[in-house]
Amino acid sequence: MKTGRQRWIPYGLVGPYLLHFVLFVAFPIAFSLVLVFHRWNIIGAMEFVGLANFQRLLHDRLFFRALYNTLIFLLIHIPLQIVVALFFAELLNQNIRLRGLFRGAYFLPVVVSGVVVTILWQQLYGFDSGLLNRALVHLGLPRLGWLVDPRLAMPSLALMATWKNVGLYIVLFLVGLQSVPRQLYEAAALEGATRWQQFRYITLPMINPTLFMVVVLSTIGGFSLFIEPYVMTGGGPLDSTLSAMLYIYREAFTFYHMGYAATLGFFFAAVILLVVILQRRFVEKEVPL
Amino acid sequence: MPRRVLTYLVLLAGAVGFVYPFLWMVLASLAPESDISRLVLFPSHLTLQNYRAMMQKIPILRALLNSLLVAGSVTAGVLVFGSMVGYALSRLKFAGRDLIFYLILFTMSLPFQITLIPQYILMVQLRWVDTYLALIVPYLLNGFAIIMFRQFFKSIPQDLIDAARLDGCSELQILFRILWPISRPALVTVGIVTFMGSWNEVLWPIIVMRTERLMTMPQLVALFVVGGRAEGLLGVKLASATFLAAPIVVAYLFFQRYFIESMATTGMKS
Repeated sequence: MKTGRQRWIPYGLVGPYLLHFVLFVAFPIAFSLVLVFHRWNIIGAMEFVGLANFQRLLHDRLFFRALYNTLIFLLIHIPLQIVVALFFAELLNQNIRLRGLFRGAYFLPVVVSGVVVTILWQQLYGFDSGLLNRALVHLGLPRLGWLVDPRLAMPSLALMATWKNVGLYIVLFLVGLQSVPRQLYEAAALEGATRWQQFRYITLPMINPTLFMVVVLSTIGGFSLFIEPYVMTGGGPLDSTLSAMLYIYREAFTFYHMGYAATLGFFFAAVILLVVILQRRFVEKEVPL
Repeated sequence: MPRRVLTYLVLLAGAVGFVYPFLWMVLASLAPESDISRLVLFPSHLTLQNYRAMMQKIPILRALLNSLLVAGSVTAGVLVFGSMVGYALSRLKFAGRDLIFYLILFTMSLPFQITLIPQYILMVQLRWVDTYLALIVPYLLNGFAIIMFRQFFKSIPQDLIDAARLDGCSELQILFRILWPISRPALVTVGIVTFMGSWNEVLWPIIVMRTERLMTMPQLVALFVVGGRAEGLLGVKLASATFLAAPIVVAYLFFQRYFIESMATTGMKS
């Protein structure tokens, strides 16, 4: 039936993708597999170093510091995000006037550039005259070293990231909640189920996919954290906000250690994939349905 | 009844919590420098001096044009190429179709940390560093757009496509003349998400761009604030942040529903 010319039409249509894949996915993956065994500053010749990059990584204090910082970030960011998003989604899921207006307000930080949010929060977090410390002093409380105290700097970034992203999850949880038939709650209430039991056995299973998504997207976000510490803290104080991406960037573009930067990229990516796979197992087991 | 009042109060407090900081930013950018450290809402008087100082220090208007050019080209490319690939994957049969589909899923689940450094080296080899090409070409297609179009095109009745073929339409004509006009939801979703992603992107520009006049807005503003050139002047920093936020916030105010729906769809698909 088909003439020779027609047979090639589909390949013409997917051609742009294949070209894109070869140039920007396949080649980079292949080349990073080469890079991890080399030392290279881009300008000079590539030097084969065997497993030296891996050996360095295993003894690299900053690599583990970046992992640890990311862990701290995620341990605060993920639960906070879920609690706040569920809270507002539950409120909005009632018969609320002006629901669109509230939703629109919560969503505003989501659409604004991370650079704007970072510059803004740098001022809010200011030690002497930042809005938050001024409020604390007004309430008779001591100032907090939001960005200057090494123990507080990463939690401060996690708080800011939550403020920026939570609107998206409020909307997604709201969609999930609205898909639960009201009769289910009414029936459960008749059977004498408490509000907590209703939440645990009706709501939670229905929003399980959304929960999983929050966890996965936040994990990816945590490992991609870059512009926030780059603008706000430069990774300090005392490397307490050195993020995975900031460390890769520094190795590659401050020190021109292309081989080692590629090795770091590989390991952080492996950690992300591992965490995502583990989470999928965990979340699916947690709620049977 | 008190319970309902409480609900509204909490909702309102939340809205203030998300909107007030932006309001403060805008007002502080319009305030004299001496006011900012005490500012809660209204400055003693409004002034444009911070914006004038910003214009003198950085080519922000040029950056606005650069951002429009880059995000516009990227969005156009993604809509055209994404729908082409999505159409082929959903409505045409050919050897290797499933393989390509799995390649796309594989690419989407790949953390960008793996490809970032080699992609930069590719830009160096192609001599694209510090050109618009580096900002545009790698973003001309993405897996999300292809999957969205593929799914949307699957829902279109085959009769429509058959009829067009009988009328002698080529596959490209079917796609752009028949399918595009009835695919507004998919085009809007992919368009908004792509445009916003490109408009707000900052890591990749920081890696590949060096010349100030070629930079997009987020990079120019970020480097301005980090480098010493803002000279510790809060007002000028906040003016540049406000200027950077303004276009997308204005667009958001007009098309709020589309923004929220598009980004929610994206979240669920990914």
